Amino acid sequence: MPGTHPRLRAAILRGGGILIFLLLAAPAHAARINELAESTLSGRMVRFFTFQDPSLRYALLGSMLLGICCGLMGAFLVVRKLSLLGDALSHAVLPGVALGFLWGMTKDPLAIFIGATVAGLLGAGTVQLLRHTTRHKEDASIGFVLASFFGVGVCLMTMIQNVPGGNKSGLDKFMFGQAAALGRGDVLLLAVVALLALGAVTVFYKEYTITSFDPGFARSMGLPVQVFHYSLMLLLAFAIVSALQAVGVVLVTAMLVIPAATAFLLTDRLGWLLVLSAVFGMCAGAIGAFFSFVGRNLPTGPFMVLAAAAVFTAAILFGPRHGIVARWWRHVSRSARIRRENTLKSVYHVLEDEGFRSEQVDARELAERRRETIEEAQAQLNTLRRHGLATLSGDGISASLTPEGWQRACEIVRNHRLWELYLTNAAQIAADHVHEDAEKIEHVLGEETVRRLEKRLNNARRDPHGRLIPGLEDIRLGAGARPTPPQPTGYGAPDPPAP
Amino acid sequence: MIAHLRALFPPFDWHRVIVEPWSADPAISLWIVLMGFFVAAACGLVGNYLLLRRMALVGDAISHSILPGLVLAFLIFRHTNIWTAFAGALGAGFATVLLIEFIHKQSRVKADAAICIAFTVLFAAGVVLMSLLETKGSFHIDAECVLYGEIAFVPLEPPVVWGGIGLGPPSVLRMGGMLVLVLVLITAFYKELLVTSFDPGLSRSLGMNTGLWHYGLMGVLALVVVSAFEAVGAILAVAMLIVPAMFAAQLSNRLPVRLGLTIIHAAVSSLLGYHLSVWLQCSTAGAMVVAGAGLFTAAWVAGLWHTAALRLRSRNS
Repeated sequence: MPGTHPRLRAAILRGGGILIFLLLAAPAHAARINELAESTLSGRMVRFFTFQDPSLRYALLGSMLLGICCGLMGAFLVVRKLSLLGDALSHAVLPGVALGFLWGMTKDPLAIFIGATVAGLLGAGTVQLLRHTTRHKEDASIGFVLASFFGVGVCLMTMIQNVPGGNKSGLDKFMFGQAAALGRGDVLLLAVVALLALGAVTVFYKEYTITSFDPGFARSMGLPVQVFHYSLMLLLAFAIVSALQAVGVVLVTAMLVIPAATAFLLTDRLGWLLVLSAVFGMCAGAIGAFFSFVGRNLPTGPFMVLAAAAVFTAAILFGPRHGIVARWWRHVSRSARIRRENTLKSVYHVLEDEGFRSEQVDARELAERRRETIEEAQAQLNTLRRHGLATLSGDGISASLTPEGWQRACEIVRNHRLWELYLTNAAQIAADHVHEDAEKIEHVLGEETVRRLEKRLNNARRDPHGRLIPGLEDIRLGAGARPTPPQPTGYGAPDPPAP
Repeated sequence: MIAHLRALFPPFDWHRVIVEPWSADPAISLWIVLMGFFVAAACGLVGNYLLLRRMALVGDAISHSILPGLVLAFLIFRHTNIWTAFAGALGAGFATVLLIEFIHKQSRVKADAAICIAFTVLFAAGVVLMSLLETKGSFHIDAECVLYGEIAFVPLEPPVVWGGIGLGPPSVLRMGGMLVLVLVLITAFYKELLVTSFDPGLSRSLGMNTGLWHYGLMGVLALVVVSAFEAVGAILAVAMLIVPAMFAAQLSNRLPVRLGLTIIHAAVSSLLGYHLSVWLQCSTAGAMVVAGAGLFTAAWVAGLWHTAALRLRSRNS
């Protein structure tokens, strides 16, 4: 894990240790999960949470370890934009599974593991080779490897049916997966792979980060980028192969991509991405095992995927920064603010046209200026009042700005006129073309930018249309000390003589 | 291992592999090869445009979403026949495309991850629904059939009889109709498809609605994949989409030539694949894909050889 979170790393390693302890402590004799089908729902739930059944313990541990492996590897896939490579590799291991089975005509986990890993690496190599020696784009290369390797796998699988002898049952489990079928050997394999992945990522965290985000820079630093790519592919193949039996060929991809994509929605830092992705994967695994157990021998993989997808949906909707709800709220509040500021600006314009003789603004005048009905103008003044920017008098017919309202109005008008001046003076745009642009930028200019604009424009005091730019004094003093009519002071006292 | 491998590959017997299928029962061989050709040609023609638009894997996503579509169709119509299945699968295909675009546009997740998420979630939902329905005993889909397809059963279907003449198995006729439809559409809209695929910017400046053509292509893609999957299965349909088009792209730069090469590749690979499956006694659809991939690999290696030879010659001169 990231070097910046040593406590987290320690916690994760400790958690892994506990898992392995649980695993080794499990007695070997066990009822298979599907023999529990006759018990009641509540009974099954009690049994789930008390971990009475060793086979359940295997399934649960296996699913969680699998979630961790896939989450870690998937995080790199997602940031390297290689998600579909995960899909291709999970299909490409099929011929390896068949050949591994053929080795001893049994479902020897190790032989299948080795065969499938070799096939997966071969697939990854073929994708690279196709990309470098032909002009096919990455998607086509990936699709080719996925489809042709899978075709070979299907042929081999059907050919094995013709070979006499051997226990061929359960070979089709690799398509859909069944966590209940996980044995002690499978879980040990998963634990080894998870430790390997954790170890590699912890030790080479910096190298993997650099090669993932900026391969060119990594190459210029003398890092062997290809070595790290293929080591990642090797770990990926390990993760896929060890997860195959529990979730099946098609859904391994989901366990790789969905937790990582969820984490990607929530954070911008790779370290947290890895941690969150592994945690989401682990939770999805546990939930999948739970439903599979409680719901009488249902397939595990799809439930894991649906659990992961539920978290993903929540992240897409309610993510604090990139979530749809958060973005919608930001949009709504921003457009409400812009509406308020436009009203304030209109109020300023009305006051300015009257030469600042009164502090009151009539809703009728405002409506005329904005070409709206009086009701709309009144509603806008009401909004200002609710935000403490104006006070109403005479049954809401007229309003006067509070100090904050006056300050904000001055700021907006100043931003607008400064920007117009900047565009005409510095960018050489005709004076009658600058208004539209300033209408947009006036709401987003920050104080610092304004200072720099003022400096650049030599503290100019009149905009291209000859109107005064409200100065700092007006803004600071607020409405109480508003410059008495006839005029705001602008920048400095008198106009400089025209050059 | 060696003994097992030897048992895996039956001896190549010229008479059994090449002659017998056509002498003993030519109708069976004919329908299987014809079906393979129709599937590969229709998919491959559409695949050419997918390849140009770098959307090869959208086909993968759509083909995986067929399973939930079938289950959903059963839930809605309460019975299964070919048309409800077709409607369900088509709906699921469109749902996949929309889901991909939703995830891609509404979040910062990249397009490739969005594709993965969309189709796997739909697939998982399909498997869950299927197993729930199966425990009730009301419904059964052969999941293996969805994944691998069964082209070998095609000749066993009761043939369509029209005007007293047996025309052939209905699925072959449907697929043939699909191929004709694809050919007609490509001929009719050749120019529009060409421009929108190669230069979306130009086509937009010409006033064409690129979005409409995109969705039109997605619609045809869904139609083709759905009708292909019963013969070759969901995953091998992806191969039929990508491999012929890649073969054609390897050999030519010109789109009309590519389309022609795709059809040739489809014919050769289905014939070769059929004989391969007779020889190895394996899945026919799988063998057709292997034959097609073999053809592509041959073209690839030949191309590499050619460039190497050119380079050598230029160095010598």
